[in-house]
Amino acid sequence: MKDTSQLRQKKMLADHFGRLARAEETGEKSVYTFVPGNLTELILSFDLLPVLPEINALQSGMRGKSREYIAVAERLGHSEDVCTYVKSDIGMMKSGNVGPTGERLPAPSLLLLSYTGCFTFLKWFELLKEEYHCPIVMLHVPYQGDGKITESMRSYVVEQLRRKVIPLMEEVSGRAYDEDRLKEALALSAKAEDDLVWVLESAKNRPSPIDAYFGAVYYIGPMFSAFRGTQGAVDYYQSLRSEIEQRVVERRGPLTPDGELENERYRVVVEGPPNWTSFREFWKMFADEGAVVVASTYTKVGGVYDTGFRHDPEHPLESLADYCMGCYTNLSLPQRVSMLARYVTDYRADGFLINSIKSCNSFSAGQLHILREVENRVGRPGGFIESDLVDPRYFSASNIKNRLESYFQMIEQKRSGGASA
Amino acid sequence: MSWEGFRSASELAARAEETYRDYRLTAVREWKKSSPGPAIGYMPIYVPRELLHAQGALPVGILGGGDDLEIIRGDAFYQSYICHIPRSTIELGLNGSLDCLDGMLFPAICDVIRNLSGIWKMQFPEKLVRYLDVPQDFDRDIGGAFYRRELEALSRDLLEHRGRPYEEEALRRSIATFNENRGLVRDLYALRQKEPWRVPTSELYCVLRASLVVPVEESTAMLRRYRLLAGSASDRTPMDQARVVFTGPFCEQPPLGLIKSLERAGCYIVEDDFLQIHRFLRHDVPVDGDPLENLVTAFLEDAIASPTRYIDRDEKGRDLLERVSASGAEGVLFGAPSFCDPALLDQPMVVKALEREGVPWTAFKYSENGGQFQVIREQAGTFADSIKLWSEV
Repeated sequence: MKDTSQLRQKKMLADHFGRLARAEETGEKSVYTFVPGNLTELILSFDLLPVLPEINALQSGMRGKSREYIAVAERLGHSEDVCTYVKSDIGMMKSGNVGPTGERLPAPSLLLLSYTGCFTFLKWFELLKEEYHCPIVMLHVPYQGDGKITESMRSYVVEQLRRKVIPLMEEVSGRAYDEDRLKEALALSAKAEDDLVWVLESAKNRPSPIDAYFGAVYYIGPMFSAFRGTQGAVDYYQSLRSEIEQRVVERRGPLTPDGELENERYRVVVEGPPNWTSFREFWKMFADEGAVVVASTYTKVGGVYDTGFRHDPEHPLESLADYCMGCYTNLSLPQRVSMLARYVTDYRADGFLINSIKSCNSFSAGQLHILREVENRVGRPGGFIESDLVDPRYFSASNIKNRLESYFQMIEQKRSGGASA
Repeated sequence: MSWEGFRSASELAARAEETYRDYRLTAVREWKKSSPGPAIGYMPIYVPRELLHAQGALPVGILGGGDDLEIIRGDAFYQSYICHIPRSTIELGLNGSLDCLDGMLFPAICDVIRNLSGIWKMQFPEKLVRYLDVPQDFDRDIGGAFYRRELEALSRDLLEHRGRPYEEEALRRSIATFNENRGLVRDLYALRQKEPWRVPTSELYCVLRASLVVPVEESTAMLRRYRLLAGSASDRTPMDQARVVFTGPFCEQPPLGLIKSLERAGCYIVEDDFLQIHRFLRHDVPVDGDPLENLVTAFLEDAIASPTRYIDRDEKGRDLLERVSASGAEGVLFGAPSFCDPALLDQPMVVKALEREGVPWTAFKYSENGGQFQVIREQAGTFADSIKLWSEV
């Protein structure tokens, strides 16, 4: 039986993809863009519909379609070495552009290349530009190389928004920029963000009422996709929060593929995206061991809110700029190390695991260094597994299971060693 | 050192090879004995060397450890599916080879180099470490204004690391110095294009790579001497080789043996992506007016269509087609380092442009430490033969 929040999210998604499927007849226009650095409130303020190719790709992975799509792209000359989201997306497009709900997605009216925390985004939309021949606008989001956002970085992003992104959205939508409407949306965003943070931080409880990685990918769905800045998102997160509050009161563990986890044996923090092609199998490997993920970095790729950032209607464009620059993959490695170390401590985790993704250099390059740094700082064991986003050829269930079992045994040994010391 | 004493181009190139293969950077250590300024390393593609030079710093190109270096600790930093240059670079950092550098600049090439900047910050906290975020917006008052502020921040960093204070006149002089150097590089490329047998790419590569680890004034002397010797060599005669563009090796460099293998396989490389910093700016940078602004404008408006740059209003592949045409090439070799996102993601778009124009091409991957070239040599040989026998270009 699904919770109210799950049903609500399901309906939100169905409505959204239904609108996209009917867009050509209704005349609604769509904007393709990325999850990190998405400008959903701005897009919606022009009555444009967001489409997130990364989410389509991960859905293709979960639906067992990505193998075929990747093969299509590789036959077209795309290298086996590069991002499988890109290849899955290209393959999906070449196979009729049928989206996650089985309905056809409209061609974009605008490509909004929010170049945030991932070099591949740039190439991805250059590739799509060749296919769609629609307007494209680049929003270059500077990287936090020095671990901070400077006024120079902020004004660069704001200037691009003001002078490049907004004028093109006006042109494509036929509507004038309405800052009041944007401010209203940003106020709604901040409300929903409060509740999302509360939900994610509920994992500090023992037992944790949520799984902050596998379970949380559903929780971040509305916020990271097409609904931030809507009343629908506010309602969803209020409803989700109420459900989790109840679980905390009742001291219930998180939901897993096999139902509720009753015995929380291990609390871990996870760095890196999940594998989508064997998502449930991967999740079960944790749940079967009684392992709960209490915090994750993947749930911060579409925005880091647990350090206090909220969209601010009083400073709409500056706030959008800060949001973009603050997304997880736009943080420097030292910032990422600090975040992980803080999670391990604050969430009283037994250790942390890195799921290193073959085709995502933005996440993966440097993770072995992160592993050692975090271990040194927190004195708790780190584990390392490897898989991929949506290429099933790179998910080796037995290898991953073996590694996870060894990792949990190591935690067990440390516990018994600690007890005898 | 003096490059005047060399009597043949090949001898000079051999010495240049020794110079660039000296990963302990003896030339830099020598420079530091007589110069108070900092030596600043930089990763491939582009950094504004003129600004470093103007503030008394020695810019030093760091392009990985090639096939000379045994990787001991570098592999512990990177998974098998990440390219090779970051692991050899960190190896050089950890084994002390780069101790003479007072800082490192990491230009915005890709996520791997970007994240390497973070590792460097944690590993070498006492050094100047800067991620140089170059704009992907090319309007002067948006991307240009941002880039200028980045350069001003870099200038302040240099000052804090034993650099001289920024002075306009000094920057004008440095721009002129690098213009002279760039002019010689362009001249060598033009000579190779016209008479490739006089300037084998395997020699030119050594000379250009050595140029990145010596002071620019010394590089200019080396280039000038090599130009003289190569241009007047009477023992170099034309052969029936296919003229090709070698595209893809703009960051991680191929082993020198690979370049030699391509030449032996029957290819004259008449255009390439090696060591792009030498030709990243297509023309001289103006010296009049505000020199910092001139550097900014050159970056925005006069840079090559590198795969690391967003192609805004242009068409993908047009630049390569122009290079094919201008160099009189008969085909294109795509040689990308394994797992190189910028090169490999670009390739399908550029291939499409070549096929539209009927330009023959072939593709392979390499690694900077690869040692087996037989397969690539056979592939390149077959490609060269097919061009000579059947091509209509």
